[in-house]
Amino acid sequence: MAVQTAQLESYLESFTDFTRAHASATPDWLRTLREEAFVRFCEVGFPTTRDEDWRFTNLSALVRTPFRLVRGNRAALAVSDLAPWIIENALARLVFVDGLFAPALSTIGSLPNGVVVDSLASEIARQNTANGAAAVAKHLGRYLDTRRDPFCALNTAFLEDGAFVHVARGVALGAELGAGIARPIHLLFVSTAGSESAPSPTPSMTHPRNLIVVEEEAQATIVEDYVSFGAEIPAFSNAATELVARGNSTVEHFMVEREHLQSFNFSTLRIEQARSANVVSHSLLSGGALVRNNVHPVLAGEGGECLINGLFVGSGRQHLDNYMLVEHASPHCASRQFYNGILDQRAHGVFHGRIIVHKDAQKTDAKQTNRNLLLADDAQIDTKPQLEIYADDVKCTHGATIGQIEDNALFYLRARGIGEIEARRLLLEAFAGECLGRIKPGAAHDYAHSVVEARLVSLAAPAPASSLTAESPERNLDSHWEEVG
Amino acid sequence: MSLLQIRNLHAQVGGHEILKGIDLTVNAGEVHSIMGPNGSGKSTLAQVLSRHQAFEVTGGEILFNGKDLLAMKPEEAACEGVFMAFQYPVEIPGIGNAYFVRTALNAIRKYRGLDELDAMDFLPLYREKMRLLDMDEKFMNRSVNEGFSGGEKKRNEILQMAMLEPRLAILDETDSGLDIDALRIVAQGVNVMRSPERAMIVVTHYQRLLNYIAPDFVHVLVDGRILRSGGPELALELEDKGYGWIETEAGQIAPASA
Repeated sequence: MAVQTAQLESYLESFTDFTRAHASATPDWLRTLREEAFVRFCEVGFPTTRDEDWRFTNLSALVRTPFRLVRGNRAALAVSDLAPWIIENALARLVFVDGLFAPALSTIGSLPNGVVVDSLASEIARQNTANGAAAVAKHLGRYLDTRRDPFCALNTAFLEDGAFVHVARGVALGAELGAGIARPIHLLFVSTAGSESAPSPTPSMTHPRNLIVVEEEAQATIVEDYVSFGAEIPAFSNAATELVARGNSTVEHFMVEREHLQSFNFSTLRIEQARSANVVSHSLLSGGALVRNNVHPVLAGEGGECLINGLFVGSGRQHLDNYMLVEHASPHCASRQFYNGILDQRAHGVFHGRIIVHKDAQKTDAKQTNRNLLLADDAQIDTKPQLEIYADDVKCTHGATIGQIEDNALFYLRARGIGEIEARRLLLEAFAGECLGRIKPGAAHDYAHSVVEARLVSLAAPAPASSLTAESPERNLDSHWEEVG
Repeated sequence: MSLLQIRNLHAQVGGHEILKGIDLTVNAGEVHSIMGPNGSGKSTLAQVLSRHQAFEVTGGEILFNGKDLLAMKPEEAACEGVFMAFQYPVEIPGIGNAYFVRTALNAIRKYRGLDELDAMDFLPLYREKMRLLDMDEKFMNRSVNEGFSGGEKKRNEILQMAMLEPRLAILDETDSGLDIDALRIVAQGVNVMRSPERAMIVVTHYQRLLNYIAPDFVHVLVDGRILRSGGPELALELEDKGYGWIETEAGQIAPASA
């Protein structure tokens, strides 16, 4: 704690400025929420590697950088600047620049009755003045663990803007009947280095906060997408999303991280699933210097189903940490975690898959698989399953593998006339394809596919000869373990 | 000019010399069989011809169509027209069979300055060859060799050969592990490919395959050297007497010629 005091000072200054700026327009409940969260953040401080949940991820680079909220020197973005990140055929696009909603860059087409897609800030303002959006008051801040998780506390302390999506009962949002495909709502978070006229750019932080409520028997597809624009200045994005899937609803959620290599990206997806709700979460991590992606579903109603699908691709010195906490709190729920990692050069990946089966969650069926491909000698993966089972009639399995591109597969492709780079690309694509194959067809699928494809092309280029020549002695890195408990 | 000329080829793997001076000339239109006991170097020769990098060539030369084959990467050799049907075809999860062959075919076509084939041009051709090999169309979209039986894998090799139309086809123990029906289908697929422009090298441990694919020449490889060459009758003689006969004979000859 004492060591961190100096670092926390910059957050204190930011928080003081932040509350002063919002003093007049903040409802009491929100002020209390923020203040309590900030106090909690100060009490808990940043975790260290002595903390079991952070064992493989050293935060010192984040902790020692003094980040500031971006105020007043926002980059002026034009719609044309967004070209690389447009999802064709999206139902709506909400763009946030350095954490704040940018209406001029966003498009919200005509939506079915009972559907709200808006910025959280304007939704909160509306609630403050008029009879308001009951959903915000009912759900905001209710699920996120700000007591134990300092990043969620910090996010809540600076809670200001983000996306608000509310899908009314029975509405299949974006679904084209008979086509089996869905049009997504695209939430694009652009982090910039500030405007060019700004004095020397300082490391900036943003705390996007999203609330997604899908009512009973409704359906939605949401893409959260984190990108960078402009010079590579250190930036800290600390996002939190509360996703509420009510009874028998179906939700597909994407988290795409491809910021530049000076970025710290922390995100938490907290999913609350009611009876028979079916939620699919896809995480695609390809950018960022230090990335931590928390996915935390709570299967709170009977018969819920949750698929957590992920692909992380790192090179250089990227650190990509995937932390899963799947809580089975009701009987007859099924959860699946499938994560594939591809790591090149000195990249470091982490897969931490925790499954908690509560006492009453009988007939739980939980499965976890993490497969990794290491493309270089110095690439590293830490994979850790953690099962805590308090019920006695459950099925939980987990497994992990670590391997390399197989020389004999590479030779087989080349012996048929396919060049080495192309052969490597095909094999990487095949490995990544296991994850892409779990995404339902549609615009979001195609978008995810193109993001991954672009990333793999760069990785397929010739690697340092030392690690890949056929002459090098065969190393057997393969390990496989599977346990049933 | 001969299609393939191997002169005094020496090769080793992991410091062990396996090929100890191979001389072999193959002309277009010919089918050569290379027979020999386990460990004689048959597969090594096939792998060297398909340019597997794990086998280090320590001496000699190979000319393919007048070009230096040993200077080629595996993909270059394939594009020049060398095809090896693998003894142990590799399973590649996640890559569809048809997609794989089309990618390979287009890589070769591109190398030769031909237009690439799109799926519409490719599929009818692929289906036709599948029928020839009595393969179910469901194999088209399955991952390459994944979960295939031994016989299915071998048929898939010949299917690839039929699609890629090589100038030199090397069959590395394509018969091993096949039952008689599968062997017939595979042999039929191979025989259809015989042509005055194409040469084949059939590597086998057993004589049985040669009942179905009649070779023009038979060579016996023992301990990294070709000890005997002859016509089809040599295979029958081997069937009768076994490899021990050649080895003994060679053992007797060796000191005399030293």
